[in-house]
Amino acid sequence: MNHSLELLLQLTIILPLLATLAILATGKHPNLREAVTISISLAVLYCVINLYQGLSAGESIEVFWWQLLPGLEVSFVVEPLGMLFALIASFLWLITTLYAIGYMRGHGEENQTRFYLCFALAISAVMGLAFSANLFTLFIFYEVLTLSTYPLVTHAGTEKAKQGGRVYLGILLGTSIAFFLLAIILTWFVAGTLDFTPGGVFGDNVDTSLVGAILVLFVFGIGKAAIMPFHRWLPAAMVAPTPVSALLHAVAVVKAGVFTILKVCVFIFGIELLPTLPTTEFLLYLAGASVLLASIVAMRQDNLKARLAYSTVSQLGYITIGALLATSSGVIGSSMHIATHAFGKITLFFCAGAILVATHKSKVSEMRGLGFTMPVTMAAFFIASLSIIGVPPAGGTWSKWFLLMGTIETGYWVIMMVLMVSSLLNIAYLLPIPYHAFFPGKGHPTAKTGIKEAPMVSLIALSITTLGCLILFIYPQPLYELAKTILTVPGVSHGH
Amino acid sequence: MLAHLPILQVIVPLMAAPLCWFLNRSKLVWLFALLVSAFTCLNSIFLLQQVMSSGTIIYQLGGWDAPWGIEYRIDELNALLLLIISAVGTVVLFAAHTSIQKELPEDRHTLFYSLYLLSITGMFGIVSTGDVFNVFVFLEISSLSAYALIALGKDRRALWAAYQYLIMGTIGATFILIGIGLLYQMTGTLNMDDLANRLAEVNQTRTVFAAFAFLIVGVCLKLALFPLHLWLPNAYAYAPSIVTAFLAATATKVAVYLLIRFSFTVFGIEFSFSTLPLQNLFLVLGLVGIFAASTAAIYKTNVKHIFAYSSIAQVGYMIIGFAIHTSTGLMATLLHLFNHALMKSALFLALGAVMYRIGSVQLSQFQGLGRQMPLTMAAIVVGGLSLIGVPLTVGFVSKWYLLVAAIEVGMWPVAVLVLLGSLLAVVYIWRIVEIAYFKPPLPGREAVQEAPWTFLAPIWALVLANIYFGIDTRLSVQVAQAASQSLFGINP
Repeated sequence: MNHSLELLLQLTIILPLLATLAILATGKHPNLREAVTISISLAVLYCVINLYQGLSAGESIEVFWWQLLPGLEVSFVVEPLGMLFALIASFLWLITTLYAIGYMRGHGEENQTRFYLCFALAISAVMGLAFSANLFTLFIFYEVLTLSTYPLVTHAGTEKAKQGGRVYLGILLGTSIAFFLLAIILTWFVAGTLDFTPGGVFGDNVDTSLVGAILVLFVFGIGKAAIMPFHRWLPAAMVAPTPVSALLHAVAVVKAGVFTILKVCVFIFGIELLPTLPTTEFLLYLAGASVLLASIVAMRQDNLKARLAYSTVSQLGYITIGALLATSSGVIGSSMHIATHAFGKITLFFCAGAILVATHKSKVSEMRGLGFTMPVTMAAFFIASLSIIGVPPAGGTWSKWFLLMGTIETGYWVIMMVLMVSSLLNIAYLLPIPYHAFFPGKGHPTAKTGIKEAPMVSLIALSITTLGCLILFIYPQPLYELAKTILTVPGVSHGH
Repeated sequence: MLAHLPILQVIVPLMAAPLCWFLNRSKLVWLFALLVSAFTCLNSIFLLQQVMSSGTIIYQLGGWDAPWGIEYRIDELNALLLLIISAVGTVVLFAAHTSIQKELPEDRHTLFYSLYLLSITGMFGIVSTGDVFNVFVFLEISSLSAYALIALGKDRRALWAAYQYLIMGTIGATFILIGIGLLYQMTGTLNMDDLANRLAEVNQTRTVFAAFAFLIVGVCLKLALFPLHLWLPNAYAYAPSIVTAFLAATATKVAVYLLIRFSFTVFGIEFSFSTLPLQNLFLVLGLVGIFAASTAAIYKTNVKHIFAYSSIAQVGYMIIGFAIHTSTGLMATLLHLFNHALMKSALFLALGAVMYRIGSVQLSQFQGLGRQMPLTMAAIVVGGLSLIGVPLTVGFVSKWYLLVAAIEVGMWPVAVLVLLGSLLAVVYIWRIVEIAYFKPPLPGREAVQEAPWTFLAPIWALVLANIYFGIDTRLSVQVAQAASQSLFGINP
C-alpha cells in the first residue's frame, strides 16, 4: 500500500472535476481559462505517469470510495489495461487542448467556456472508467461520459446538431440502459459479484447458455464500442467541433467502449470461459461483418469526417474481435490497437480540422492539390493513414500483427480474411487523399497559392501525434510490456 | 413530551390551520405555516429515530385502551411516510410565498395556507392511525382540502379538474367506507390489529371478499393506478404550482401506503396474495400503466401534463414492486415512494419557478429557457435524469432494487419491460431539454430572468437530495428494508 499513489489515483479523477470549477470561474478571460485547462491536464498526466511507474514497480494501488448499496462499491484499482487507457487519454487530452486552442479560436466558435468545461468533465469520467475496480463503478462513469459529451456533440446548437445529439444520446443511453444495465444485473445475479477478477467471476459450473446471453447483452449494451447495428451514433457525433471528434470520438469515448469490452471479456468472463460460450462465435462474425461493412461505407463518404468516423467503426471492430478471440495474442493485439489507433485516428482528425480551419473545406473531393498549401498537415495525414492501415513505419503494424496472430491461433480463417481485406479497403479509402493532395493531376492548382497552414499550436499538436505514430513503431516495447502484463495480473491463468 | 410525539404530528397542524385566520397577513401566515410544518418535519425525524432504535410506537388516544379507543401505531413504514410528507411539505412551502403572489389573489392567501395545513394533517392522520375508520376520516380531511386547493388554480379549467377529482375521489372514498363497513359487520372492530386477528376466522366469506374488493378498488382510485388515473393529469396541471408539487410528492404515496397497510397488515399476506389473483392483475396493470402513461407523456404539450403522466407511470413501478410480492420487491416499492417524492417535488417546483417567470408551462414556451433560467432548467435536467434512473441519482437505486426483485423470482420479461419503460422517460425528458436549450427565446421574452432565490433554494435542496440519496443510500435502504421485512414478518 502506498498512500501517495492512492492520492494520485484519486487526483486523476478529481483534478479534472476541479478544473470544471476553475474553468467556470475564469470563463471571462480566455487566456486564463486555457492556461487553467493546460496546467490541469499537465497535472493529470503527471499523476498518471507516476501511477505507471508505481505499477511498473509492482505497487498495488487501490482506493475505496463508498458503498452505494450492499455489495455495490465505488472503488478503483490500477491494473495494466486501465493504465494503458489512462496514459493514452491523459496524454492526448493535453495535446488536444493545445490543438483546440488554435482550432476554436481560428474557427471563431462560441460558448468556449462550456466546451472546455464539458471536456474536463468527460476526461474525469474517462479516468474513473479506466481505473474502475468493478463493473458498477465502470457503469457509473460510462453514463457520466455519455451525458457530459452530449453538450459537446450538440455544441453548434443548430438543427443538425440537435438531430445528431438525439441519435447520439438515444443509442448510447438506450443501449446502456436496456442491455448493459440488464447484463450487469444478470452478472450480479449469477456470479454474486461485479468485481473485475483475474480469470473471470462466473466460476466453473455455470449455465453456458445464460452466460452466453449475458455476453451478447454486454456486446450490444456497450454501445460505445459501435458494433453494428449500434454504430449510428458515431457518424452522428461528427457534427461536433473537430477537437471533440478527435479526442472523444477517436479516443476517449469509443476507446471507453472497446476498453469496457476488453475488461468484461478478460475480467468478467475470463479467457478460459469465453471460447466455450455458444454465442462467442456469432459475436465474432458480427464484429467481422461490422469491420468489413464499415470499411465499405467509409469508401463511399465524401465528407472527410464522416469517412473517418466509419473508419473508426471498422477499427473498433478489430479490437472487439481481439477481445472475443480470448487468446493472449488477441488481448495484446486489442490493447495495443487501442493505443495505435488512438494516435493514428486523432492525427487524422487533427488534419481534418486543420484543413477546415485553414481552407474551410470538409469534402474529400475538394482536397486535391492541398499538399502544396498544407504540406505538413498532408504529410501527417499520410503517416497516420499508414498507421491505420497497419504498415511500417507506423505503430498500427504491431497491433494488427498480433490480431492476425490471434485469428491464426484460434483457426478463425474467415475472420483473418476479413481483417486482411479490410486493411486493403483502408488503403483504398485513406491513401488517395494524401496522394491526390500531392499529385492532383492535370487541371488542378499546384503550388500557386503558397503555404497556408492551420494556427501554429494546432500544427504542433498534430506533429506530436504523428511523431507518436512513428515512435510506436520504432519503440513499441513499453506498450507491449504493458499489454502483455494484462493477462499476468496475479491469479490469472494463461490462455492458450 | 416524547411519549406524545405521534399525536403532536397530527394535532399541531390541525390546530394551526384555523389559527392562520387570526394572523391574516400573507407573509405572517406563510411564516407561521412554515414554522408548523418545520416542526412536523423535526417531529417525524424523532419518530423515525425512535422507531428504528426501539421498535413500533403505540399511542393510545386519550388514554383509552384499544380496541375501544383509537390507537396510533407508528412502525418503520409509517415513520418513513411521515418523514416523506413532512419533509417535502416543508421544503415546498418555502417557495409558496413567492409563488402564490403571482398565482392567487391576495385575499385567498390565508385560505391557501389553512387548506395546505389541513391537507397535510389529513395525510399525517392516515399514516399514523391504527384504526380503519379513523383512516377514512383523515382521508376525507386531506381529500376535501386537496379539492379546494386545486380549485384555487388561476386557470379556469382548475375548477373542472377539481370537480373531476372530487367525483372520482369521492367514489374512491365511498368504496373505502363500504369496505370498512363490511369489515365492521363481520368482525365488530375497527382496530387494524384486532381486525387482522379476527378476519382470520371469517376470511373465506363472501362479505370479506367484497370488503377487500371495495377497499382495493377505492385505494387504487386514490393512487391513480392505470386505468383509474383519469382524474390525475388535469388536477396536477391546473392546480397552483405549489399544490401540484406538494400533492404529486405525497398524495399518491399515501394511497400506496394504504394499499400496503390493508393488504399486508389487515387482510394478511396469505389472504391478499393467494386467495385472489391480485398479483397478476397488478403486474399487468402496472406494466400497461408504465407504457401507456409514458407514451401519453411523450405526446403532451403542457409540461405539467408530461410530468403528471410520468407520475402515473411511476405508480406503475411501485405497483410492480408490490405485485412481485417478495421482501425485495416491496423494498423497491418503498424506496421508490421515497425517491419519487424527491424527484417529482423538485420537478414540479421547478415548473412553478418557470410559471412564476413566464406565466406558462406550455412546452413551446420553454424556448430559450436553458440560457435564461440556467439553474432552474439544470434542476429539471437533473430531476429528469433521476426519473430516467441514471446512476448517482435516487432513480437508479429504486430501479436497481426493482430489477433485482424481478430477476430473483425469475420474472425476466418484467425486468426487460421495466428497462424499456425507462427509455420512454428519456424521450419525454429530452423533448423538454431540446426545446429549452436549442431554440432561441420567443420574441418579447428576451428579458426573462432566473427565478428568485426563494424558489431556487428549495428546488436545489430537493435536487441535491436526489443526488445525495442516490449516493449515500444508507438511510433510505435501511428504513425500507426494515419496513418491508417487518411487513413480511421476517426478523432481521
